[in-house]
Amino acid sequence: MEALGIWNYWGVVLLMMIGLYTVIARDHLVKKLIGLGIFQVAVILFYVSMGKVTGGTAPIIPEGADGSEVYSNPLPHVLMLTAIVVGVATLAVGLALVIRIREAYGTVEEDELQRQNRAGS
Amino acid sequence: MWIEILLFGLLLITAVTIVGLNDLFAAAMLSGIFSLLCASLFTLMDAVDVAFTEAAVGAGISTVLMIGALALTGSREYQQPTRLGPFVVVLLTGAMLIYGTLDMPAYGDPAAPIHQHVAPEYVAGTDAEFGIPNIVTAVLASYRGFDTLGETAVIFTAGVGVMALLLGRRKREDEIQIEPSEDELKGGDA
Repeated sequence: MEALGIWNYWGVVLLMMIGLYTVIARDHLVKKLIGLGIFQVAVILFYVSMGKVTGGTAPIIPEGADGSEVYSNPLPHVLMLTAIVVGVATLAVGLALVIRIREAYGTVEEDELQRQNRAGS
Repeated sequence: MWIEILLFGLLLITAVTIVGLNDLFAAAMLSGIFSLLCASLFTLMDAVDVAFTEAAVGAGISTVLMIGALALTGSREYQQPTRLGPFVVVLLTGAMLIYGTLDMPAYGDPAAPIHQHVAPEYVAGTDAEFGIPNIVTAVLASYRGFDTLGETAVIFTAGVGVMALLLGRRKREDEIQIEPSEDELKGGDA
């Protein structure tokens, strides 16, 4: 049961491995960005799952609170809100770069890009 | 706890399917489902603000951006063999991270170090200092307002970057129409 207590970290590590594999092994640049998104979600889940308190509720103070309520940790939530929004900003820049690469090279497959670069230099 | 584990399992299955798909339109749609599963998981972990941001941004805007980009770049991915090198690297990284988690506090443990320092002060002070019921909002906009200001600067920079990249593109298309010397164009880009 003690090993089961840290299941969330193991799930996060598995998810991160899937994302990392996609970024390294797949050639299509948009697929790489999807992999990066999976990796990012793994990191966000890691933080949010650390903030969970058993028996706690969402960190919103109800009316007539007497101070005896248990809340999950709000700090990871705040930091991960920022991470999600910055993540979509970087995704947009990445996709714009992919579109420009497609126009300059006529392909978005990484091995083909490298072949063209070698042939050009 | 079991619902969380079940959802996490579904999340992993979706991720593996996304990696395996060669049709990238299907992969983009599945990444929307992936975000929705994430949002459910965040709700179960009491992170309601993160959940609705993920549902709006991850399942909404990201999918739209992805499909828009795929329409411009082509959505077929060439079938490629499973490579050993990346697999070994990923397995090694995963093994090291698993080793690193072995002495982490258990899921939901109220005595974990993360709950001992700054967070209790935020929880206790929010109502008295700001009178905002939602602690996450109070921390985001008041206690850590400068973080949010920095975030806004990052988003502004990203917007300027996207505009610089894509507006330059439109000009180049006009140039192609006027003088279609493709060799010169490629030389300029490389």
